[in-house]
Amino acid sequence: MPTRSPAQPRSALRPDIRMAAAETGTPKELAKATGPDGSDFMVDVIKTLDIAYVCSNPASSFRALHESLIDYGGNTKPEFITCTHEESSVAMGHGYFKVTGKPLMMLCHGTVGLQHATMAIYNAWCDRVPVICIGGNDIDAAHRAPGVPTFHSAQDINALVRDFTKWDDQPVSLQHFAQSMVRAYKIAMTPPHEPVMIALDLGLQQEPIKAHERESLYIPKYVPTAPAQADANAIREAARLLANAERPVIVADRAARTPAGVKLLVELAEALQAPVIDQGGRMNFPNSHYLKQNARGAALISNADVIIGLELSDYWATVNRFVDNGLDGVGVNETVIKPGTKLIGISSVGLVTKSNYQDFQRFQSLDVDMAGDAEASLPALIEAVKAAVPSDRKAALEKRGADLKKAWGEAHERTRAAAALAWDASPISTARLSMEIYAQIKDLDYSLVSSSGNVSGWPNRLWKMDKHHNWLGASGGYGVGYGAPAAIGAALGNRDTGGRFSVNIQSDGDLMYAPGVLWTAARHKIPILSVMHNNRGYHQEVMHVQRLANRRNRVAALGMDRSPIGTSIENPDIDYASLAKSMGYWSAGPIKDPAELGPTLKKAVEVVKSGQPALVDVWTQPR
Amino acid sequence: MKSRNVVAALAIFAAGLALTQASAVAASAEKGKVAFLQHGCWQCHGYQGQGGITGPKLAPNPIPFEALSNFVRTTNRAMPPYREEILSNGDLADIYAYLDSIPKSPDPKSIPLLNP
Repeated sequence: MPTRSPAQPRSALRPDIRMAAAETGTPKELAKATGPDGSDFMVDVIKTLDIAYVCSNPASSFRALHESLIDYGGNTKPEFITCTHEESSVAMGHGYFKVTGKPLMMLCHGTVGLQHATMAIYNAWCDRVPVICIGGNDIDAAHRAPGVPTFHSAQDINALVRDFTKWDDQPVSLQHFAQSMVRAYKIAMTPPHEPVMIALDLGLQQEPIKAHERESLYIPKYVPTAPAQADANAIREAARLLANAERPVIVADRAARTPAGVKLLVELAEALQAPVIDQGGRMNFPNSHYLKQNARGAALISNADVIIGLELSDYWATVNRFVDNGLDGVGVNETVIKPGTKLIGISSVGLVTKSNYQDFQRFQSLDVDMAGDAEASLPALIEAVKAAVPSDRKAALEKRGADLKKAWGEAHERTRAAAALAWDASPISTARLSMEIYAQIKDLDYSLVSSSGNVSGWPNRLWKMDKHHNWLGASGGYGVGYGAPAAIGAALGNRDTGGRFSVNIQSDGDLMYAPGVLWTAARHKIPILSVMHNNRGYHQEVMHVQRLANRRNRVAALGMDRSPIGTSIENPDIDYASLAKSMGYWSAGPIKDPAELGPTLKKAVEVVKSGQPALVDVWTQPR
Repeated sequence: MKSRNVVAALAIFAAGLALTQASAVAASAEKGKVAFLQHGCWQCHGYQGQGGITGPKLAPNPIPFEALSNFVRTTNRAMPPYREEILSNGDLADIYAYLDSIPKSPDPKSIPLLNP
């Protein structure tokens, strides 16, 4: 039998004294090593990606990278943005991307912090927005600190978000980190854009660069991946159908990823003289253009003979209707298109579909279904459409355009008449709220950075929106709590993009998820005007409960204060002006008299122009 | 508060639902405003029945009472029906009186903010 080395005790049925001590005693400290720090190299890698900010609520599991970012990296590119909630960190990156087209990084505890962040990551996933998420995690159970740091460690933190991130990794060496970080960025930035996740071992951050790595470490060069384009033959077939259609309709949701996408969509619509229905995932089409026909959307869809959907989040609901009123508790499904209507689609989302979360919506069969990025595919489609329009149809197209121009004007008049209803009401109508805001910003290069409250779409219907940054779309996954932080993230982007004016219509329920983000805006001097759409309730749910009570033939109970039970946010009424003021905002309100709104907003606009955030609380009608 | 329009409409309603003319005449806009809130009409249509993305305009100039009543009682569309057990004929008449009492909105052309 070989002699047992004292340094390598073997297991045995009866442990010797050394083995027993090793198993039950206090572990010895790691051998000390010296040299450049691993997290400094990580900063070198991050800096190659030109990431402007890292949004983070601090945590010990990434303390080494934190220290390297601010001391070794000089707290620039990326600059640390202090957040009070991880959900805010991600949502800020969400809003920032939609303004700048560049992703932000967020750092969090890989366990409890990531648990906070998950809803915002899901929103980003559904909205096809990249966020580079990094979670600290101390993997080495033999050497990590006991107690809290061990509560905050896990085998696989990425499992928490794997269903709604495009890619994740847990690098185990610095070279591995360099490759994974660049790969993560590249994957996130390839359409369809999506969040990615890196689990970052604390040991790897804290340990010095190993001797054998010092000469061999390298940082891979980031080269963007060209987005996928739709198949050329399918494009030709789609163009043939569209060019020969009598009543074609273009429906766009997240089609215009960039300002160039808006121009392309205008070119396509004009080539066909076809109406465009903008579902609003992005600002796809100028609302001052006569071909934008949202006001007649339902009628146009029901009469169409060819429909093309561009990056639709829900094609089924575009050509079908769900009526939530089935007496048996199940809603009614019905088609809204004519038999034989040809359906065309271009979407990149099918390239990344996963199974668990249902953001892919109901299945809809299409006649021509193209996997590819819509914006990247539009130039080929436009060229094919122009070539496919028969010369004898050009007069018909001109007439179609003239009819649509007339219809656009008539619809606009109807919209203005609808906005005039309850104009002087108190609580203030959402139309009045929207137009009082617009009166103060219409001459500025404005960006409506969020509209978390449902104000019946008045800004989209009545504000002039012809620039990509005039409207950023919604949250994607409809996870409430997106509005306030996404608006501030977008405002940060607007601040850095030459002083665009950021305005946010902020709902009360949304703000109360993580109001600490107001402090972040004040702390980092992010100018933004937030106007509360304070309808004093979780109004969608107010209506849901009423619907169920009616269906069951019961009177929906009201509380002692006569407000809906479980859905109202009243008694006590939240003083949002004081809340904002306590966090460094200029604020005013609550305003209940519509006559006071204009003068107050005027003051607030001046504050924001000076570089500060401002909030005006307004008591509003429900929708 | 009641116009000739509402009295006539209520008379039709009364015949159809075996209400007495006296109860129709008793329809109260003031009570109707309370009922409008209590029964949740405001949730989708706004406190003044102005409508919005969640529900159409109800006022000013509401549709004839008979049409409104038929819809409220039997709708199988987005709006859930209000049957008599949960919304009495009297309350419905009062709600109609409230809607009919809401004054006409200003002409949008006269509102500077709607003509930027």
